[in-house]
Amino acid sequence: MASTATLRKPASGFRISRKMLPYVLSLPALLVCIGILIPFFTAVIYSFQRYRLSQPWARQFNWGENYLNFVTDPAFWNTLKVSLLYAGITVTLELLLGLGIALLLQRRSTINNFISIMLLLPLMIAPALAALMWKLMTNPSFGILSYLASLVGLHDFRWASSPDTALLTVVLVDIWVYTPFIMILLLAGLRSLPTQPFEAAALDGVPRSFVFFRITLPMLTPYILTATLFRLLDSIQQFDIIYAMTQGGPGNTLTVFQVEAYLNFFQSTNVGRSAALLIILWAITYTLSNVFIKNWLRLRERARGEA
Amino acid sequence: MYEKEKDLISAFLRGEVDRRGMLKGLGAAGLAAGTAGTLFNMVSTQALAADFDWKAHSGKSLKLLLNKHPYADAMIANLQAFKDLTGIEVTYDVFPEDVYFDKVTAALSSGSAEYDAFMTGAYMTWTYGPAGWITDLNEWIKDPTKTNPQYAWDDFLPGVKNSCAWNGQPGGALGSEDAKQWCIPWGYEQNNLSYNQEMFDKAGVAVPKNLDELSAAAAKLTKDVGGGVYGIGVRGSRSWATIHPGFLSGYANFGQKDLNVSADGKLSAAMNTAESKAFHTKWVSMIQESGPKDWSTYTWYQVGTDLGAGASAMIYDADILGYFMNGGDNKMAGKLAYAPFAANPAASAPTPNIWIWSLAMSNFAKDKDATWYFLQWASGLEHAIFGATKMDFVNPVRASVWKDEIFRERLNKSYPGYVEMHDISAPGAKIHFTAQPLFFDVTTEWAATLQKMVAKQVPVDEGLDQLVESIDRQLKEAGLG
Repeated sequence: MASTATLRKPASGFRISRKMLPYVLSLPALLVCIGILIPFFTAVIYSFQRYRLSQPWARQFNWGENYLNFVTDPAFWNTLKVSLLYAGITVTLELLLGLGIALLLQRRSTINNFISIMLLLPLMIAPALAALMWKLMTNPSFGILSYLASLVGLHDFRWASSPDTALLTVVLVDIWVYTPFIMILLLAGLRSLPTQPFEAAALDGVPRSFVFFRITLPMLTPYILTATLFRLLDSIQQFDIIYAMTQGGPGNTLTVFQVEAYLNFFQSTNVGRSAALLIILWAITYTLSNVFIKNWLRLRERARGEA
Repeated sequence: MYEKEKDLISAFLRGEVDRRGMLKGLGAAGLAAGTAGTLFNMVSTQALAADFDWKAHSGKSLKLLLNKHPYADAMIANLQAFKDLTGIEVTYDVFPEDVYFDKVTAALSSGSAEYDAFMTGAYMTWTYGPAGWITDLNEWIKDPTKTNPQYAWDDFLPGVKNSCAWNGQPGGALGSEDAKQWCIPWGYEQNNLSYNQEMFDKAGVAVPKNLDELSAAAAKLTKDVGGGVYGIGVRGSRSWATIHPGFLSGYANFGQKDLNVSADGKLSAAMNTAESKAFHTKWVSMIQESGPKDWSTYTWYQVGTDLGAGASAMIYDADILGYFMNGGDNKMAGKLAYAPFAANPAASAPTPNIWIWSLAMSNFAKDKDATWYFLQWASGLEHAIFGATKMDFVNPVRASVWKDEIFRERLNKSYPGYVEMHDISAPGAKIHFTAQPLFFDVTTEWAATLQKMVAKQVPVDEGLDQLVESIDRQLKEAGLG
């Protein structure tokens, strides 16, 4: 008897109890989470410190001083304004353009499939390279776009080198690179919509504008929300296009969060200020994500309820 | 075989025969250039090794972090000589300048021991030094057991050498008695005029002698040369690099400073004096009238390539930009000329601010003594002569290289006026900034303010007052003001 019991024991030694199983299964996710949280909390700690690499002897906790300094610092408010403006303009325009293109390409055909693939090409170019390409094209002396602008009477148009047109120029690059992203998401959404409501509307002779605003758009809203969320989070953290084209200038015209934080860290070695800027940026993106996800869930619930 | 020739080269290396005499003797002996070169390298290696144990660290290895630059190219071309001399293995990573200093900051701030030595600018050592990332090289320079007796530390141009030495006190004078030698100068740039002689002749413009004449000449060139050519190329990007070349050289020539240092060592911004405002007004107006249309995106690269391509008539920037644009495949090769420039009509001589590519030792270097062997070889006279005469290692930092007749003749032949320009402005050449850890904050904001002024977003007076207010606030926050 004793020998039989001994034989059974090893099997039970490796058995994971039903209670422990969820924890064990979530262990990999927990490890990844720790890998993300350690740098995050390190940044939070740095943001509460007076910490310049060039003055290691002066490093100390100053608690909220970095954040309080922002309140009276016009450069910070400019950064906040420019970042939100940039994100708002790019996402709105990309959404409108992306939706328009997706509607044009909605019908499956060889030519539409070919065009949709071609339109994805800018998305495959690194944004920094796209910015350099546009920098050449917008060169006031020899750029092709400057030449085209002169044909329509815009002589001496200075693109990214003028504070009046710098935002417009980087927005154009952003649109060129990222509109295909929205287009492809919305195109997938459009092509997956059920056909019955559209067929019924066609039978009833419902006007196209009514179909678009009352059927297409409401059914497409979850896709629009998803695309907007992704683009908004990305564009409020924009760095490469703006830095490659203007380094944040002229003046402080385009000193968005990431550019300002980068310059603070790598050029000024002001770790404390750089970290505080990035924590504020995190707070903004976190809030935006929450708003969007809540709306997305609400829409999904509504759709289920209606179903 | 070749004993007489070897004696002749040895005599040259001992300083008993000048370079011309040596070459004449070698020519008379019927030696082909290639053989003479091989023999020279062999004998100079032997001469280097004669008085100093270069093999003391044989078998060790070093790793360098380098910026893509003709100075690095010259060193790499001659690196085998160092390996043969010392038995030290050397590997290196080369990065383009756009990302180079980010890489250096990342490597040093993480305490990485990957790199033993690296290229740097003197301004960067004002961050790296106090941060404890680099080593004070005085310990090695002053130790006769670790430094080759032929190293000739006194041979370095004083203004350049002192610009790499700082005591670490914010506002402390460069090259002071208590200064730490954070880096060894390797090659340097003065800021003067490089201009297109043909365009000057076409427009009937004489070489300007001061800032007013410079503005007038640039305006006339823009108007008269035609073909979209603009008169004056200067940097304009939102970066510290916009302030340090022509701009600060001219500014310093009027006796103006970036910061004031009080008796108790406190710093305050000094850019809103009446003289500074007058200088800024003229500078801004010159760019508005005769600068490139997209000036606010201009780095050294655009300034240089425009001159080389014939898009600009002159530049007030690094002299070596004018040097490189006058050769190679550049459209304007052979058409460029040089002139020393004193912006202030009342000044007796130019006061070019300088950029110094230097070599520094990482505080995390695995073997500092072996690293110092590399640094003293790379900044030694033999390598400087090699770089200056066989490669494009301009401007050398050793006085003896500038005295070398072959080097001077080579420059005079292909780059007329370059040596003369250098000799006239060298006495006043040094770093004119105040050494302090917020250098990049001050200069980047200064550049952004210049951009606003040129774009007419803010009047000069108001812009400078705002700049001073902002800099003073930052200095106070950092405990320096």
